[in-house]
Amino acid sequence: MFGIDDPQVWLAYLACILSAGFCVVYGIINWNKGDE
Amino acid sequence: MGDLMFFTVAVIVYLFLTAYLGYYGYRKTRNALDYLVAGRDVHPVVMAVSYGATFISTSAIIGFGGVAAMMGMGLLWLTALNIIVGIIVAFIFFGKRTRKMGHNLEAHTFPELLGKRYQSPFIQNFSGLIIFVFMPLYAAAVLIGAARFLESTFPGVLDYNVALLIYALVICAYVFAGGIKGVMYTDALQGAIMFVGMIVLVVLTYVQLGGIVPAHQALVAMAAQVPEKLTAQGHLGWTRMPALGSPLWWTLVSTIVMGVGIGVLAQPQLAVRFMTVKSDKEINRGVMAGGIFILVMTGAAYLVGALSNVYFFNHPGFGKIALAAAGGNVDKVIPLFINSAMPRWFVTIFMLTLLSAAMSTSSSQFHTMGTAIGRDFIEPVFFKGKGQQYTVILTKSGILVGVILTVLLGAKLPTSIIAIATAIFFGLCASTFLPAYSGALFFKWITKTGAIASMLAGFTVTALWFLFVHKKEAEALGLCQALFNRPTLAVMPWTVVDPVLIALPFSFIVVIVVSLFTQKPSDQHLEKCFKHFK
Repeated sequence: MFGIDDPQVWLAYLACILSAGFCVVYGIINWNKGDE
Repeated sequence: MGDLMFFTVAVIVYLFLTAYLGYYGYRKTRNALDYLVAGRDVHPVVMAVSYGATFISTSAIIGFGGVAAMMGMGLLWLTALNIIVGIIVAFIFFGKRTRKMGHNLEAHTFPELLGKRYQSPFIQNFSGLIIFVFMPLYAAAVLIGAARFLESTFPGVLDYNVALLIYALVICAYVFAGGIKGVMYTDALQGAIMFVGMIVLVVLTYVQLGGIVPAHQALVAMAAQVPEKLTAQGHLGWTRMPALGSPLWWTLVSTIVMGVGIGVLAQPQLAVRFMTVKSDKEINRGVMAGGIFILVMTGAAYLVGALSNVYFFNHPGFGKIALAAAGGNVDKVIPLFINSAMPRWFVTIFMLTLLSAAMSTSSSQFHTMGTAIGRDFIEPVFFKGKGQQYTVILTKSGILVGVILTVLLGAKLPTSIIAIATAIFFGLCASTFLPAYSGALFFKWITKTGAIASMLAGFTVTALWFLFVHKKEAEALGLCQALFNRPTLAVMPWTVVDPVLIALPFSFIVVIVVSLFTQKPSDQHLEKCFKHFK
């Protein structure tokens, strides 16, 4: 995947993208929450 | 000469903007609350970028980028952990509770939060002292890196000691005057420069190597080029993790990924950022900015470091792997790659990126040292809680003393201390503070005695491990050699196992066991601490 042979490494590559993606989605969903 | 002129003009414009933002922070600072926690009213993006820019110093880009050139893309696990632990866990789980509890207890610093939560002046004083004694080492490491960089950028113009002094004085001026507002506003500018610089770097690198997949495939094909010395330590190629259990695997997993990845949670200069916003809404918004920022900053550095092997190996002028091209010095890989592979206009942008990375980390270190000795030690010890009107002047005095200490250390310590000093500070903070900090935020049954015992245990075990077991630090510190006539008392793999894997679990066990057998805090106090907690 991504041209990388070792699953342990392309998993890291994927984990970086997914975790940053989670941050974006979390920020959007909770954009107006938290000041109650 | 034209490049140097262009860079000089860019630096002057950058310093002018930095001075303006420092002055803006000064104008907006009216009292101790403003000076220590920015009036608890900072914009979420400023908070998140300031957090990221403080976290990412020059050593993360140059040092760890160079390590990636040696070890390969396995370092991306550190990026993943930096986002998962350093942003998601830190902001969503620790950050919100830190903000609320800091507000409930009117705490202005990380040690004050712990001290008030456990109703223990000792915890506040001890934490402040630990920070003030050991942070100058970490600050000196960043200072040395910045001064060496400035010295090499202006050869024959700037002497190392002059660069050291100018750099420290510029930062000291806006931290001293503007407090944490000056620090965070300038951090936002510096973070923006870093963000642009690293995005351009990773895009240009992939373009240079023919695209994402072809670049990775070219690196896969280079596995046979790994030097024998590295193969013997477990290196299997730059797109593969080192052999399980090998010295290289232990170094990558325990020291680099776990040590830095977990250590970030208990960094006092980062934890205080959560106390600078007025509600959880700002933290929710900060998660997005923080996640993207850390992905770009660390991901770009580690990817470019690893991929520089393809460039150097295929370049007719080099024809060898990155480490060999840089003469065996990992710290020279990224600068050499920038100067060889990147267009001239980008070299200036990258130099500003490095200067921003160093300054944003140094400014927070200076501010944290000042609050640690002023607010957390001198004020409670000598004024017995009645010195609130002296908070700002004590903190400013602390900043000055901290800067002087850091400059003296920077002038005396060797360049090789950068990685060691950073590892020592991160390791000490994680094992000393994290169990008590976690207990303070999440578990009402953790007691004052349990917290004190875990802090002392974490500090002691970490110190002993660095002095007598972990080979890299034990050899550098030399006490083991002096006492026992051998560099370390342990054998493999313990000599490469980071203290965070030993001291942190031990410290957690201590806080739990001691808390089970000691007096619980009053319900009234806990109600005050956990007000508005869901």
